[in-house]
Amino acid sequence: MITLLVLSVIVFAAAQLLPGDIGRNVLGPFASPHDVAVFNHEHGVDRPITRQYWDWISHFVRGDLGDSLQYNVPVAHLLGPSLVNSLKLAALAFVLVVPISLLGGIVAALRRNRITDRVITVAGLSLTSIPEFVTAIVLIVIFGVVLKWLPVSATAPPGSSALIQIKYLLLPSFALVAVLFGYIARITRAGVIEAIDADYTRTAFLKGLSTRRVLFRHVLRNSLLPTIAVVATQTGYLIGGLLVIEKLFNYNGIGQRIYTAATYKDFTFLQSGVLIVGIVYLTATLLADILYSLLNPRIRFGSAE
Amino acid sequence: MSTVATPAPAPAQVPGQLGEAQLARRETLGQLFRSKTFLVGASMVLFWVFWALAGSRLTPHDPLSQSPDILAGLSKHHWFGTDQLGRDVLSRVLAGSSDTLQVAPLATLLGIAGGTTVGLVTGYFLGIVDETISRVVDAVLALPLIVIAVTALVALGSSKVTLIVVIGVVFTPIVSRTVRAAVLGERELEYVQAARLRGERAPYVMFVEILPNVMGPIIVEATVRLGYAIFAVAGLTFLGFGVQPPSPDWSLQIADNYQLLNAGTYEWTVLFPGLAIASLIVGVNLVADGLQQVLDR
Repeated sequence: MITLLVLSVIVFAAAQLLPGDIGRNVLGPFASPHDVAVFNHEHGVDRPITRQYWDWISHFVRGDLGDSLQYNVPVAHLLGPSLVNSLKLAALAFVLVVPISLLGGIVAALRRNRITDRVITVAGLSLTSIPEFVTAIVLIVIFGVVLKWLPVSATAPPGSSALIQIKYLLLPSFALVAVLFGYIARITRAGVIEAIDADYTRTAFLKGLSTRRVLFRHVLRNSLLPTIAVVATQTGYLIGGLLVIEKLFNYNGIGQRIYTAATYKDFTFLQSGVLIVGIVYLTATLLADILYSLLNPRIRFGSAE
Repeated sequence: MSTVATPAPAPAQVPGQLGEAQLARRETLGQLFRSKTFLVGASMVLFWVFWALAGSRLTPHDPLSQSPDILAGLSKHHWFGTDQLGRDVLSRVLAGSSDTLQVAPLATLLGIAGGTTVGLVTGYFLGIVDETISRVVDAVLALPLIVIAVTALVALGSSKVTLIVVIGVVFTPIVSRTVRAAVLGERELEYVQAARLRGERAPYVMFVEILPNVMGPIIVEATVRLGYAIFAVAGLTFLGFGVQPPSPDWSLQIADNYQLLNAGTYEWTVLFPGLAIASLIVGVNLVADGLQQVLDR
């Protein structure tokens, strides 16, 4: 909660840093000084900063995000659909990345220090650190240009079925998957290795349980916990990645919106949009914490309460 | 407290220990040069550093000169083809590392310096100082790096200097966490207590006593951060907030040409700069990995 409050102050301060006269920016260089003053007064940007902050944050809490300076419509109307679009893309990326990287991490751990492990680890590390738009470009060239299997743009024609929409979203989500795969697979690998080396695993083997049973009942149950925490912290990255990916694929999501708002100095949109991003991230972290404590009997009644 | 002075003196303070410290350093270097990961990574990075320094002097064509030969495919004359303005892609790829290689290391240096200071202060004092600063750090880290950077760059205007400052400032809290964790491991050790009992001031204890002992994690963090700095510069430049035209920067080339892909061809204009970014980042990561294996024992 305090984090959120500090965050809102930082976001507000950053938006205030936008240089120049807001009325002048919106109305253009040929507007008369009188019009600019009237505009500034109507939008309340000539008031003291603390009043403006209070006004913004108190409306924000009640769900009123203000009007976009660029389009002159409520921010919420613009934010809503683009948030839904971004969630579609993010959801597809998550659905793809979680099983792939869990499998990658588990296989790497079971084949520890052998060639399969090295390949998975090095490939994951490299993919993670290469900017998503570079991976995306390579994917577009391979699947879109050379093989022509998948569309180059992400926006499906209006009214397409869900399946067609997914087809259009495959390339951008692969690019996001590439970046996330490395992180998640690495943590999974570390978790599985730790569990394999643990005494309880040896005990389970010595009890005469089958390898498969030991793996599923003892190793995986213990090793997937840290993975959940990591998956959640990656939501923050995911939103940042969306900014770039949505521009590259010309997809109308929250990243694209924030990008346009930033270039047009639409500060009402920018501050509310960025704060929403922060809230989404903190919510995801909180959900992960809750899930983590539900799955982990040791901290179920921990010191959190 | 006389026991403290004999077994564990602060390195480089007692003249007799100097030889041992040097030996240890040589040993570390020796291990580095035996590490294949480090060598491969270092040669990839050095290749791009060389081209950043050589610049347009050694490229087959002038990276900025335009020609009527636009969007030509791969040929003997233009190995990597030409772009929309008839510029030679190979020359632009070779010359394209210089801006990234100026901005990213300086931004990393700034972030490491800032983060080390904040980390030392929070880790050493703890209490209310730590509590307050950590809250702000949490809040900043709740936002994706690129979103903060875009907002700040729009506010301050894009130039190489602002790019360096913005990335450096964003890195500061991230680095400070690593340093703080390392300082927490040191602050209760006897040599720190000894310095405090001698009556040394806090800045002395932090920077002269503790800092040399947490250099390992800081160096590793610096190489990892350098990779992220290149990542960030590339992303921001692609969005139009970083390096500005007419620089032949790789991300700028991709930003200028990616829409051509909608035509279903001209892939050479974006593929080669993309592979160049990838090779530089992979190189930096291999160096980081090699360092980590040698320093983190």
